[in-house]
Amino acid sequence: MSIDIETARRVAKLARIKVEDEDLPALAGEFNTILGFIEQLNEVDIDGVEPMTSVTPMRLKRREDVVTSGGMQDKILSNAPDAREGFFAVPKVVE
Amino acid sequence: MTDLNALTIAEARDLLRKGETTSVALTEACLGAIEGAGVLNAFVHNTPELALEQARAADARLAGGDAPAMCGIPLGIKDLFCTKGVPSQAASAILNGFKPEYESTVTQNLFDAGAVMLGKLNMDEFAMGSSNETSTYGNVVNPWRRGNDETPLTPGGSSGGSASAVAADLCLAATGTDTGGSIRQPAAFVGITGLKPTYGRCSRWGIVAFASSLDQAGPMTKTVRDAAIMLGAMAGHDPMDSTSADLPVPDFEAMLTGDIRGKTIGIPKEYRMDGMPDEIETLWAEGRAMLEDAGAKIVDISLPHTKYALPAYYVIAPAEASSNLARYDGVRYGHRAKLSQGDGITEMYEKTRAEGFGAEVKRRVMIGTYVLSAGFYDAYYNRARRVRALIKRDFDEVFAQGVDAILTPATPSAAFGLGEMTDADPVQMYLNDVFTVTVNLAGLPGIAVPTGLDRQGLPLGLQLIGRPWEEGDLLNTAYALEAAAGFVSKPAKWW
Repeated sequence: MSIDIETARRVAKLARIKVEDEDLPALAGEFNTILGFIEQLNEVDIDGVEPMTSVTPMRLKRREDVVTSGGMQDKILSNAPDAREGFFAVPKVVE
Repeated sequence: MTDLNALTIAEARDLLRKGETTSVALTEACLGAIEGAGVLNAFVHNTPELALEQARAADARLAGGDAPAMCGIPLGIKDLFCTKGVPSQAASAILNGFKPEYESTVTQNLFDAGAVMLGKLNMDEFAMGSSNETSTYGNVVNPWRRGNDETPLTPGGSSGGSASAVAADLCLAATGTDTGGSIRQPAAFVGITGLKPTYGRCSRWGIVAFASSLDQAGPMTKTVRDAAIMLGAMAGHDPMDSTSADLPVPDFEAMLTGDIRGKTIGIPKEYRMDGMPDEIETLWAEGRAMLEDAGAKIVDISLPHTKYALPAYYVIAPAEASSNLARYDGVRYGHRAKLSQGDGITEMYEKTRAEGFGAEVKRRVMIGTYVLSAGFYDAYYNRARRVRALIKRDFDEVFAQGVDAILTPATPSAAFGLGEMTDADPVQMYLNDVFTVTVNLAGLPGIAVPTGLDRQGLPLGLQLIGRPWEEGDLLNTAYALEAAAGFVSKPAKWW
């Protein structure tokens, strides 16, 4: 599997990371090195093996479906780059 | 008498309980050592006022007579732990200015036990790295040098600041976290003890997430006894982390008898790598002989899927990271890029993440995005999770055969020079974790213990891997290895 410049551009877009055009060839090269390393996994016989979902077998705990926390708007907004009138503020989303 | 900052936790505890020193005195000695060690770049946010306030409270508690073992002990805390009101950035520019409104469970547990926080420790950005060269705060320097050669060496990573600070006696011990080897590799590079507990032993709540199915916090200490004491204070069930184990935390220190007669230690043949330096080979053989002399039975074992651990890790960890790091979008905390006229919310995300993340973090987030993307999910991610199941099965089988612990090298080399790997491809750096990463994939406890020096005078360590939840037994085997190796070397102070 080889990653071309267009694939690298698409992955950057999916990851929401801006990558300048001139940096795409080097990025594609790095991806290919890493994916080449990962290709070794194709040698393993995985027939009949379930994908691991939990490394330590445990049952998730249950609890009453009730509100346990909340009412801390100030704390939640305290680290926001832009907070106004009790909300997170972002650039206009809908034209 | 030893300088107060050079004490072990156990020594300091005993002096505190006898009233022969105070937590304030210990804390001041560490703060002084930190001030004189700026060149190591280990501490990146100092909290002297908080430390002294905690130390005074600890002294009052000690005077009351029922103080736990960690009471009054000055620690460094890895920057990955959220600490209330104190910058917690995971060594990333994207969390510039972030001051958590809450405390991580592990640091809260330590504070409840009376421990003192001296400040936050440098690390690789989001714990992604093996040399502490990806931090927004700059490189950490290893206090060890190759004899008289002044080349600055890496302390390893990602818990490089923790490793450097403990080895240089800037604190009595430090917290670390380990996703693929980030406690054990740096511990080995600086000649200290580093323990990664069983997955689920310590709560992950309030620790900035990298790869949630692999991340685990643990102690980085000067001795095995200290690791036992500190783990006891860090561990415990936490309803805030659904993967935290609801199991009792034993008195790990009480399990340190040094008696390993009749224990079975496995030596896995797959850990003998091509091109492994003969010094590592010799170190490993010496460790085997030490455990045998102590009365353990040594058996050769096979863990056939070892070779596939690193490639599986480099699918699973980036996949989880791409999901975990999606939250850094410039909306709720940290950095937001300056926007140009007409930029919308997508440009805000893209520019913020491009500016805020370093090169290695971007690379891993994008690899993770790729392996999870439509059409590749089965070929990469699901295949890696199935290989992971086989890696765990390898361990299950040898434990079922009666093996109590497994002895391996901790790292494939001693500490290398900062910058030496800059031109290598990313995979070369990943090979640092070749001996440690299997343990994370299988969720097991693993400990690095310093056992020797190489020809250039740099420390080398061995790793012991234990059965799940049997940190006490693992620590006892490590204690026997530590006693047999008699490693007491310290870096010569040049800073």
